[in-house]
Amino acid sequence: MMLDGTEDEEKFLAAGIAGLQQNSFYMHRALDSNNLRDALKYSAQMLSELRTSKLSPHKYYELYMRAFDQLRKLEMFFEEETRRGCSIIDLYELVQHAGNILPRLYLLCTVGSVYIKSKEAPAKDVLKDLVEMCRGIQNPVRGLFLRSYLSQVSKDKLPDIGSEYEGDADTVSDAVEFVLQNFTEMNKLWVRMQHQGPSREKEKREKERSELRDLVGKNLHVLSQIEGVDLDMYKDVVLPRVLEQIVNCKDEIAQFYLMDCIIQVFPDEYHLQTLDVLLGAYPQLQPTVDIKTVLSQLMERLSNYAASSAEVLPEFLQVEAFSKLSNAIGKVIEAHPDMATAGVVTLYSSLLTFTLHVHPDRLDYADQVLGACVKNLSGKGKIEDKKATKQIVALLSAPLEKYNDIMTALKLSNYPRVMEFLDIPTNKVMATVIIQSIMKNGTRISTSDKVEALFELIKGLIKDSDVSPNDELDEDDFAEEQNSVARLIQMLYNEDPEETFKIIDTVRKHILTGGPKRLPFTVPPLMFSSLKLVRQLQGQGQEENPFGDDSSTSPKKIFQLLNQTIETLSGVLTPELALQLCLQCAEAANDCELEPVAYEFFTQAYILYEEEISDSRAQVTAIHLIIGTLQRMHVFGVENRDTLTHKATGYSAKLLKKPDQCRAVYACSHLFWVDDHDNMKDGERVLLCLKRALRIANAAQQMANAARGSTGSVMLFIEILNKYLYFFEKGNPQVTVAAIQGLIELIMNEMQSDTATPDPSADAFLATTMRYIQFQKQKGGTVGEKYEPIKV
Amino acid sequence: MVLVLALGDLHVPHRAPDLPAKFKSMLVPGKIQHIICPGNLCIKEVHDYLKTLCPDLHITRGEYDEETKYPETKTLTIGQFKLGLCHGHQVIPWGDLDSLAMLQRQLDVDILVTGHTHQFTAYKHEGGVVINPGSATGAYSSITYDVNPSFVLMDIDGLRVVVYVYELIDGEVKVDKIDFKKTSSNQSAH
Repeated sequence: MMLDGTEDEEKFLAAGIAGLQQNSFYMHRALDSNNLRDALKYSAQMLSELRTSKLSPHKYYELYMRAFDQLRKLEMFFEEETRRGCSIIDLYELVQHAGNILPRLYLLCTVGSVYIKSKEAPAKDVLKDLVEMCRGIQNPVRGLFLRSYLSQVSKDKLPDIGSEYEGDADTVSDAVEFVLQNFTEMNKLWVRMQHQGPSREKEKREKERSELRDLVGKNLHVLSQIEGVDLDMYKDVVLPRVLEQIVNCKDEIAQFYLMDCIIQVFPDEYHLQTLDVLLGAYPQLQPTVDIKTVLSQLMERLSNYAASSAEVLPEFLQVEAFSKLSNAIGKVIEAHPDMATAGVVTLYSSLLTFTLHVHPDRLDYADQVLGACVKNLSGKGKIEDKKATKQIVALLSAPLEKYNDIMTALKLSNYPRVMEFLDIPTNKVMATVIIQSIMKNGTRISTSDKVEALFELIKGLIKDSDVSPNDELDEDDFAEEQNSVARLIQMLYNEDPEETFKIIDTVRKHILTGGPKRLPFTVPPLMFSSLKLVRQLQGQGQEENPFGDDSSTSPKKIFQLLNQTIETLSGVLTPELALQLCLQCAEAANDCELEPVAYEFFTQAYILYEEEISDSRAQVTAIHLIIGTLQRMHVFGVENRDTLTHKATGYSAKLLKKPDQCRAVYACSHLFWVDDHDNMKDGERVLLCLKRALRIANAAQQMANAARGSTGSVMLFIEILNKYLYFFEKGNPQVTVAAIQGLIELIMNEMQSDTATPDPSADAFLATTMRYIQFQKQKGGTVGEKYEPIKV
Repeated sequence: MVLVLALGDLHVPHRAPDLPAKFKSMLVPGKIQHIICPGNLCIKEVHDYLKTLCPDLHITRGEYDEETKYPETKTLTIGQFKLGLCHGHQVIPWGDLDSLAMLQRQLDVDILVTGHTHQFTAYKHEGGVVINPGSATGAYSSITYDVNPSFVLMDIDGLRVVVYVYELIDGEVKVDKIDFKKTSSNQSAH
C-alpha cells in the first residue's frame, strides 16, 4: 500500500514537472519575444502545477524549486519591462488577472519585489499588501511555500536601518512587523497541518511537518539578520510577539522547534538580557514539550558565551542569570513530575556546567546545584537507568574537569550524596576517575578532614557495599582498582607530623573495613606511610623529648599502631608480606633506638616464619631477609642479640635443600662480624659458621653422590672459599692462610676427581676467584702482603 | 651503540604512587634496546609499563614482587659485555661492595646490576663495574635515608660503556656520567 503510494507520488511529481517544463518553455519563448501577455499566461499555467495536493511536502519542495528558478527569470523580465517604460503599477494590476489564486499570488509577489525595488511606492505598503493577500491560500503546504517565496524575495528589500528602502515612511518597525506577520501566518498554517487528514496517519504527518519546520524557522533567522533589531526592539517587540505565537499555538512540535530556534538564531547577549521573558515562557508550553533539551541548549549556549570572554561575565552577574536559571529548572521539574530521571539530571548537569563557567569562584552555587539534584533524586535509590547514570557521571565529572583538583570537589558537601545514586559498578568507576584526577594532577591531600571526605567519596572501592556483598569482579580488575587505592594512600600526607598521624589514623580506620580481599593491597602502603612518618619524626629529633609528652606524635605511638595493625591482620596478609613488614618495622625501631619495640617485631617475624611460612622457596627468601635485617641491627643488647642470631642460624641449618642451608649458614657469618662495630666482631663464631657451611657442602656432595652416582657441583665450596677470603681480608684472625690453602686444594681435588660432574659455571667461578687472588697479591701494600703466602 | 636502561625498586604502589612525571616524559618507547630491572616493581601494571618502553625486558625477583616467576639471578650478553642481574636482598651484608664483587665473580660478568638499597652506586674495580641504579621512584628504604629517584642508562659501544645516572633532586633532573672501558685483561675466561 505504502509502496503504491510512493510510486503514485513519483508519477504525480513527474507529471507536475513535465507540465511545469512545458509551460516554462512557452513562457521563455514569450519572454524572448517580449510578449508580456503570453508570458503571464504561460507563467500562470506553469505555476498552476503548484496547486497539486497529491505530493508530500518533500516532493512538493522539488516542484517548488523548479518553479522558483523560473520565477527568478520572470522577475528579471519584469525589471527589464519597467526599464522599457512599462508602468510597474500597471504590471501589479495586470498580474492580478490570473485566473487562479495561487499562480496569481506567486506572480504578485514576483512583481511586488520589482515594485519595491522601483521605489515607486513605499516598501512597507507593498509588503503589507502582499503579506495580507497571501492569506488567500489556506492550504498548509501550498500556503507555507507561497509565504516562503514571499519571504525569500523580500528579505533583501526590507526597510532595515541603513538599507536603501529605509525612508521617512518606512522604518525598521515596518520590516519587523512584516516578518512577524508572515511568521505568525506560517506558523498557523504549519500547526494546522497537524489537524488535517485521518488520525491514523499522525506519525507520517509529524514526519512531514518536521520536514517543513525550517520554512517557518527561516523567518526567525530573517529577523535576527535585520540590523535594526537591537536589544531594545528584540526585548520590546520581537521576542514577546514570537513567544506569544509559540505559546498560543499550543502545538508540541512547533513549540519545541521554535523555542530552540530562538536560542540558536539570536545572539547570546540578547538571551541573557531577556532571560526572564524567555524562561517565563517555559511553564506555559504544552506539558509534552521536551523542555529539558531546550533549556539545556540554552544553558550550553550561555556557558560557551561565558567561556568566550571574561568581559561578558559581569553581564551574567548583573542579570542574576544563575538564580534565574536555577528557579526555572525547579519550576520545570515541578511542573513535570513524571520527567525521566535522565532528564532531571541533564538539567542539573547543564546548570552545573553553566555555573562552573560563569561563577568559577562560587563553589556554593555548584554545591546548590548538586543539592537540588539530590533533593530531586531522593527516594529513588540506586539509579539503574543507563542514560541517567551517564548524566550523573557527567554531572560529577564537571567540577573535576573544571578545577583539575579534587580539593574543590571535596568542598562540595553534596558531591558524595550525588555519588550515592550511582549503581555499584558506576560508583566504582567514578571513584577511580577521582583517584586518577588526583594522580594526574599530583594533588596532595594534606588534612585528615579532607582525607575523611575523600574516603567518603571513594568508599565504593574501600569496602563491600551493603547491597551486594558478593562482587563478581574480575580478579585483574579488582587488583587494578585496589592498586589505585594503594597509590592514592601515597598522596595523603602533611609536612606536619601531627596532621600526618591523624591522616594515617583516618586511612587506617577506613581501610580496615575493607575485608580480607582488600587488605593485602591497602595495608602495605599504610605501613610504609607510617614508617615514613617515623623517619620524619626521627629527623626532627622528637624522641629526645625527655618528658615523653604523651599528646604529641612519637615514633613509639606509631609503632604501637603498626603493631596492632599487623596483629589484627594475622591470617589476612600473606605470611611472607607480614614478615617483611615486621622486619621493616624492626629496622625502623632500631633506627629510633627502641630496643623492646625492635625485639617485639623480630619476635613476630620469627613466629610468622616458624608457624606460617612453609613453602621452601619462601623460606629461603625470608631467611635472607631475616639475616640481612638482623645484620644491620645495632640496638640489641648482648642477650637479645644472641637469642635472635642463634635462632636465625638454627633456621638456616634447617632449610630443606642442602645448598640453601649452606648459603644461609655462611650468610649468618656476617651476623658475627659487622664493620664499624668492634663489639660485634666475633671471629670464632664467624669461623664456626663457615665450617658448618663446609660440613653442609660436604653433606650435599655425598647426597648427590648417593643419589646420582656422581659428585655434585663444587659451586658451594667456591662460594665458601670466597667467604673465607672476605673475612681473611677483613682481618678475622680465625681465618688463616692454611685454612684457605686447604680449601683451595679441596676444590682442586674435587674438580679433578673422576666422578666430578662438569660444571662450566663452577669452572668460571673458580677462575675468577683465582684471578681475584692473583690481583690482590699484585696489589701490594697491606693487602698484597696478606695474600702473599697464599699459593695458587 | 646500544642503549640499556637499568631501573629498579619502584615499589609501586606500596611505597610510591608512580614514576616521577619528569622521568616518564624522558622515557619514551623506541629509544631503548634493553631494559634490565633488578626487581621490586612490584605489580603487573609497572611490568606492563616497562614493556611498552621496550619489549626486551629482563627482571630478577625482589622480595616484594607479586610475580614469583622472576629468577633470582640472570645473565645476558650485550655486545662485548656480559651483564649480571640480581635484586640483592640475597647478598648479605646488603649493599656491601665486597660481597657484591663475590657475586660478580660467581656470575662471571663484566657489569653487575643490583638493587635493594635504593642508593645509587657505580663502582669500578678490577673485575668490572657494579651498578645499583637506586630507586626509580625514590621509594622509602630502611637502608637509605633521603632517597632521590634515580635510574641508569648505559650506552654500550664496542669495548666501552658510558653509564649515565639520572637523579631527580628537588624537582630537577641531574645527570652524571661514568666511563668504563673493558680491556683484554678483564675479558671473561671463556
